Order: sequence, then structure tokens, then C-alpha cells
Amino acid sequence: MTALGAAAQPPLPIGRRRRFLPKPKETGKSFLFTFIVVIVLATFLSPILRSVFVSLKTPEQVGQLDAPQYPAVLQTFDYQGKTYDVYDVPIEGGLKPLALVKKGRESSQFVDPSNAAAGLITWQGSWRSLDRSWTFSPEWSNYATVWDQIDYPRLLFNTAALALIGMVGTILSCTLVAYGFARFRFPGRGLLFTILIATIFLPYAVTIIPTYTFFLKLGWVGTWLPLLVPTFFANAYDVFLLRQYLLTIPREMDEAASIDGAGPVRTLVSVIVPQAWPAIIAVAIFHVVYAWNDFLAPLIYLSTKPELQPLAVGLAHFNTLHYRNQAFIQAGTLMTMIIPVLIFLVFQRFFTRGIVISGVEK
Amino acid sequence: MAAIGVQPLEALDRRAGGRRFFRRPSLGRSALARHEAKWGLIFLAPWIFGFFAFTLIPIIASLIFSLTNLSLEQTQPLRFVGLDNFVRMLGDHTTWDSLAVTFRFAAFNLPIAIVVPFVVALVLNSRYLRGTGLFRTLFFLPYVIPFVSGVLAWQGMLNLETGWVNEFLRMIGVQNPPNWLQDTTLIYPSLAFIGLWGIGAGVIVNLAGLKGIPTELYDAARIDGAGWWASLRNVTLPMMSPVIFYSLILGIVDVLQYFLVPLVLYNGTGEPGGSTLFFNLLLYKQAFNFQNYAYGATLAWLLFAITLAITLIVFRTSRRWVYYAGER
Repeated sequence: MTALGAAAQPPLPIGRRRRFLPKPKETGKSFLFTFIVVIVLATFLSPILRSVFVSLKTPEQVGQLDAPQYPAVLQTFDYQGKTYDVYDVPIEGGLKPLALVKKGRESSQFVDPSNAAAGLITWQGSWRSLDRSWTFSPEWSNYATVWDQIDYPRLLFNTAALALIGMVGTILSCTLVAYGFARFRFPGRGLLFTILIATIFLPYAVTIIPTYTFFLKLGWVGTWLPLLVPTFFANAYDVFLLRQYLLTIPREMDEAASIDGAGPVRTLVSVIVPQAWPAIIAVAIFHVVYAWNDFLAPLIYLSTKPELQPLAVGLAHFNTLHYRNQAFIQAGTLMTMIIPVLIFLVFQRFFTRGIVISGVEK
Repeated sequence: MAAIGVQPLEALDRRAGGRRFFRRPSLGRSALARHEAKWGLIFLAPWIFGFFAFTLIPIIASLIFSLTNLSLEQTQPLRFVGLDNFVRMLGDHTTWDSLAVTFRFAAFNLPIAIVVPFVVALVLNSRYLRGTGLFRTLFFLPYVIPFVSGVLAWQGMLNLETGWVNEFLRMIGVQNPPNWLQDTTLIYPSLAFIGLWGIGAGVIVNLAGLKGIPTELYDAARIDGAGWWASLRNVTLPMMSPVIFYSLILGIVDVLQYFLVPLVLYNGTGEPGGSTLFFNLLLYKQAFNFQNYAYGATLAWLLFAITLAITLIVFRTSRRWVYYAGER
């Protein structure tokens, strides 16, 4: 069995074979283990699926507790010029959706929507004991409604603009600072680096009040400036990530460039940056996801300017106003998460790599 | 703190060889060293400026604010009030109540926030798992979902009548499933559930740590007759202790500042029954709803002092349980 199985497969490098083709006696165990993980993962991600379902429901369905979980409407059937409600009728050994044409106390008359030509069917029993029949019907217009109600294009523009301008600021400043830490030696560098790392552990709450009053004095509260200007002054996470990456780039090319007469700036632009792009892309993606997620700062600085707010703040506000209409809330929830999720799925290699660089080197 | 990436520098510099190896520059020693130092500081300038403007000066200003009566309205003229704010803070039971809330939640949530990413990483690293790459992507996915979206999705999930958690409980025969988000005993488990959507980064860091453990250690353990549990205890856990330590420190700083999820869920009302009146919520309300900057800054300093004290204690204990291969 082992020999046959191996021969049928194209030859794989030893390492791969061990990983993807466990020894036959372990296949059962492997299958069971993977199956359990699938269940756990499905549970973990099920709120997303629920949001999708709820976002496609009509307001009536959201209000009905006995309605199905999937988006559906109460089924009706037009028969001989009149509209009749459809019920699930226990007939012929199962539930069948039948349109109730003539109500009666002891027995009622139905018509089968899938075979109306067969005429009326009489069913013995009280029609009041029957449940209405639901039919799958996604209400796509919820998205259009939410699009208009929260002014999605404006919120999306605000979010994207904040994320992209901040991304430029972060990349520029963090690359410069990381380059300074990785390639130049000067007294106090170790101390400065320790201080930089220590700021990761500083509670945001300690600095926010004076920073807020400072921006208030400058007249920047109610503008994007408090959210954007700090990104041009580097942050510890991204500097650390970039520095760790720059340390892995061999110095020979820097030195060759400097022998050719390139100054430090020239070396950075034409030698370091072209080699550091995986880390720079990671920083860019991190920043976009971070900015999309950011809630407290825009809440504080833009609370009086709804027209400047990003999606996260707009969605939270929308929730306080329309909490009752869960279909709209969940549609807005999905419209807020879709872009970072897509960005992640496209760039996930850079993403996980960046976390590994910045997270493990301690 | 010294463990954080400072020591590889020297080693790398030495490996890089060349003139830097032979000459240990210090300011004023040579023109070359001065040149290098000057450029280094020029490149660091954005961060140094930012550190002063957005970190150091605000920390000091926060302390000064706490000694004044600064507020937005400034009904009374601005003046130093000494320790009045501190006296008020320590004499106000809401301070202690909210600290108790924060600590209760921390005691509940911190172990989960440390253990779950570790366990998920162990699972993803298991040789019995097929399709590891896909699982890694999908376990990470919720991490990139904006937290407001995540909170609202989970709010629906945990809804008394229409949430899938309770639908499931009813399906398996639970007659009256609980109202997760309105029950004072279940609110912390519910918040911990919601928090699990942020485990992605922790999983990746733990996974990278697991992959970095040399397989020889496991081979040696197996030869010594160690089973799965003994290997985990005697090889995996010691080798992972730096990662766990890092997660613990960041987790402490995060959990002591926790308040945004309940802010979105309950609009800052502290429902159910005051169980989500976190310390940082109190701070946020004082500073930004009541615009009482002086009192807000006082609360911020208390939070800072508590965070610092706890992290320092944990750092102290780290010598006993964190294992750095080849160091110390």
C-alpha cells in the first residue's frame, strides 16, 4: 500500500512528502484532527456569515422570531387572479408548501404552487396550526439604502484618504528613522532605541489629553491634521519592523555605493529602499489596516464634523441611531470591513511576514 | 528591556566587518565617526522630534495638568490646585469601582488572550493538520476586520433572541438561553469572546516562535521517553517563554486600557449593571465628555503608574521563568 501510494504520486522533496502525505496509519488521526479544526474555525468565523445573512433580510423578517436564518420572504402564490398565503402543510409524509385557498375550521383547501393545474387539495386539520412558508429571497436593496443613509462614498473617501496620507507619512518617516538606527553609529543609539521600544508599552491614555489640548490650541480639532501629522514623525512598531529588516540586508552594497561617492541619502534611496520593499509593503498594509480600524482618535478629533469622519466612527454612530434595524446595521458592518479584508487576502504574505519580523525578535 | 533587539546590533556590526569593526567610533574621536553620528541623528530627527512633541512633553504636561483646574469651560481662572485632583480621585468611589471592574476583567481576559493564541498556534503547527496555510489565513482574517464591525457582528451573534449562539443552545435543548450581553455574570465571557477576533497577530507570533524551536530538542526529548505532554512542558513552554512574556506585557498594557468595545456596545452607559464602567471609560468621559482635562490627566497618571508598576513587577519575575537561549 505504501509503495503503491508513493509510486502513484509525483516524486516530492522529502520534507514536503512528510508534511503532506502523513504515514498511512496516521491518516485517520489526521483527518479527524483537521475535521475538528474546521469545526472550530467555522464557529470562529460564523459571525461573518450571520452578518451576511442578516444584511440581506427584509425588516419584516428581522422582526419575525420564527423566520429562517437565511434571507427569505413569506411565500405567496397567485391563483386565478388572487394572491394566497403559502403554508407548510404536512401531507404525503412530509411538509409541502401549499397555498391556502379556502380556509375552514376542520379542513381547508389548498393548491400546490408547483402544480396548480392539479386543482384544489383538501387537507384535514386546522389551518391555524400551520406555519407560513418562507422562500429564499435576498434583499439586496438594503445595501443601496445603507449606502445612501450613511453616505458611504463620503465615509469611504475619508477613510481611504486618511489611510493613504497616513501611509505615506509612516513609510517616509519610519524608513528614515529605521535607516538611522540600522546603519549609523553614534553615542546614545542604544539608549534611544530602548526609549523607542519603551513607547510601545506606554498607555495611549497618558499622552492623549495634553496632545488633544495642544491640537485644540492650534485650531486643528475638527480637521484631519491631528490624525495625519503624527504619522510623519515615525512610530515604534514600524521603525522596529523596518530596522530589523534593514539589519538583514548585507552592508557590502552600501559600502560599494559609498565608495562610488554616494552620500547617505543617495544610498538610502538607490540601495536600501529597493531591497527593503517587502518590509515597506508590510508597513504600508499595516498602516492601512490600522487606520481603517482606528476609532478613538477620529472619534475625539472629529466628533463635531460628521462630514470628515471615517467609516468606523460613521458606523458606530449609525448603530446608535438604527440599532433596531439589524439588516441595515449588518450591511453597514460588512461595508466597513470589506476593504481591509480584501487587502489582507491579496497581500497576506507580506502581512504575516511583517508580524513575524516585528513580533519575534525580542 | 535590554532583551528587545538591542544585542543583535553589535553582533551584526561586527559581522559586517570593514572599517567599522576595527574602529569603535565615539564622538570627537575622528572626522569619520562624527560624520556618521551626524547623519544618524539627522535620520532619527523625525522620531526624536515626534517623541518630544507627542510623547515626552505630553507625559510631563499631563502631570502639570493634574495639578491645575484646567477644563474647556474654565469657569474659574486657571490656577494650580496642588493635589486637589488626586485627593478627589482617591476619595471618589467611582475611581475604585472602575478600577475593580478593570482588574476583574483583566483577571478573566488576560489568561484567555495569552493561552488561546498559543493553543491555536500549536494546532496550526501540528503535523496532523492538513492545509495549514489556508487555516492560518482564516484564523488571522478577523484581525484585519475593523473592531467596530467586529463588535456589531458579535453583538448580533450574542443577541438573546436572534443570535446564533442562543439558536444553537436552543437547538441542543437549552430552554432559556442567557442574555449574554445584558447579564452581569456573563458579560466578561462575552467580551472575551469578542476579543478573540483580535488573536491573529498573537497566533502568527506564537507560530513563528514554535517554528523556531530546533527539532533536535524534540528528538532528544523523545529518546528520553517524553510523550506529547512532557515535550510540551519541558521543551515547548521553556522555548516559548520569551514569546509568552512579550504577549503578557503587551496584554497587560492593553487590558488595563480596555474600554472601546463596551463604549461601542453600550454607548458608555456601563451596562449591564455598571459591569462595563472600565477605568479608561471613566477617564474618557471626564476628559472628552465633561472636558475636565485636569481631572482626566489625574486619572491618566494613576493608570500610568499602575501599568508601570505591574509591568515592572512582571519584568522582575521574568528572570525566573523566561528562558533566553544562549543568553544570560
